[in-house]
Amino acid sequence: MGRIAVDKDKCKGCLLCASVCPKEAIITDSGLNKMGIKAVKPKEGADCSGCAMCALICPECCITVYK
Amino acid sequence: MEKVFGRPNSLRNVATHYCPGCGHGIAHRLICEVVDELNIRERVIAVAPVGCAVIAYDYWDFDCSEAAHGRALAVATAIKRVHPETVVFTYQGDGDLAAIGTNETIHAANRGENLSVVFINNAIYGMTGGQMAPTTLLGQKTATTPSGRQAGSAGFPLKISEMLASLAGVYSVERASLHAPQEIVRAKKAIKQAFINQMENKGFSLVEVLSPCPTYWGMSPKEALDWIKDALIKEFPLGKLK
Ligand SMILES: Cc1ncc(C[n+]2csc(CCOP(=O)(O)OP(=O)(O)O)c2C)c(N)n1
Repeated sequence: MGRIAVDKDKCKGCLLCASVCPKEAIITDSGLNKMGIKAVKPKEGADCSGCAMCALICPECCITVYK
Repeated sequence: MEKVFGRPNSLRNVATHYCPGCGHGIAHRLICEVVDELNIRERVIAVAPVGCAVIAYDYWDFDCSEAAHGRALAVATAIKRVHPETVVFTYQGDGDLAAIGTNETIHAANRGENLSVVFINNAIYGMTGGQMAPTTLLGQKTATTPSGRQAGSAGFPLKISEMLASLAGVYSVERASLHAPQEIVRAKKAIKQAFINQMENKGFSLVEVLSPCPTYWGMSPKEALDWIKDALIKEFPLGKLK
């Protein structure tokens, strides 16, 4: 079991994290962040394994991974 | 639960100015991870380029210098010779390192300067609006090659890393890519080795990093990663060149 935390105000919504997540555990938030961008957020109840692929590919380094 | 991945200490806690999906942010982070792991934050000096990464010093929380366009390796040569105890690296795009700065690049390499180079190849001039770079692929559309680069008028993609690998003064050259998490891990390893080489006085080490520019490639961030895998790597194969 793992968990991610997204620093929402740094996220530019490029969705590379979601594209590499093997568990499809990352989705787009409904509201806008400080930059006026729809940031990503962890999907509730998803089966995150804490593999950190999302954080590795994040160009903004705005994902923290816990395991 | 335990934290297994977070921001490296030497990466400032600010948002970057880069476009969504740009590879510069990933490369910046990898360098910071290496600096933290080697515990050289008080010893390292970066030389930033002219290009999209011109304000890299706003993100790196260690000593940095700026250089005129293409001249990063000349500035780095001076810094390293005056302060041999420091770990000096340049961070340069393909326009900076392989177009306007070709001269400085080749001679610093040929002199075997004890430096580390992170060469970001995104096959385009990002900062100035997506013009053709020496590394632009044949057929690739850019602002200055609107119907695709033609060899007859614009020559061929320049393999500067292969050229540098042929020089006696060069210790190590490796090409890596940012198109997938596993490749990013490899790219970090290559960058770390280039820093270690310098700390062991081995000489000139360069890591070329294939990096996405979704904005000027006219693609989504995900499409840009796929294009590296399907097209850019064919022209610029990954691995150790020297
Ligand atoms: C002497 C000089 N000539 C031209 C320019 C314009 N210029 C700024 S950045 C750049 C190219 C940047 O491309 P690259 O090095 O590939 O970096 P990127 O922006 O793609 O990261 C050019 C031609 C300049 N700033 N100075």
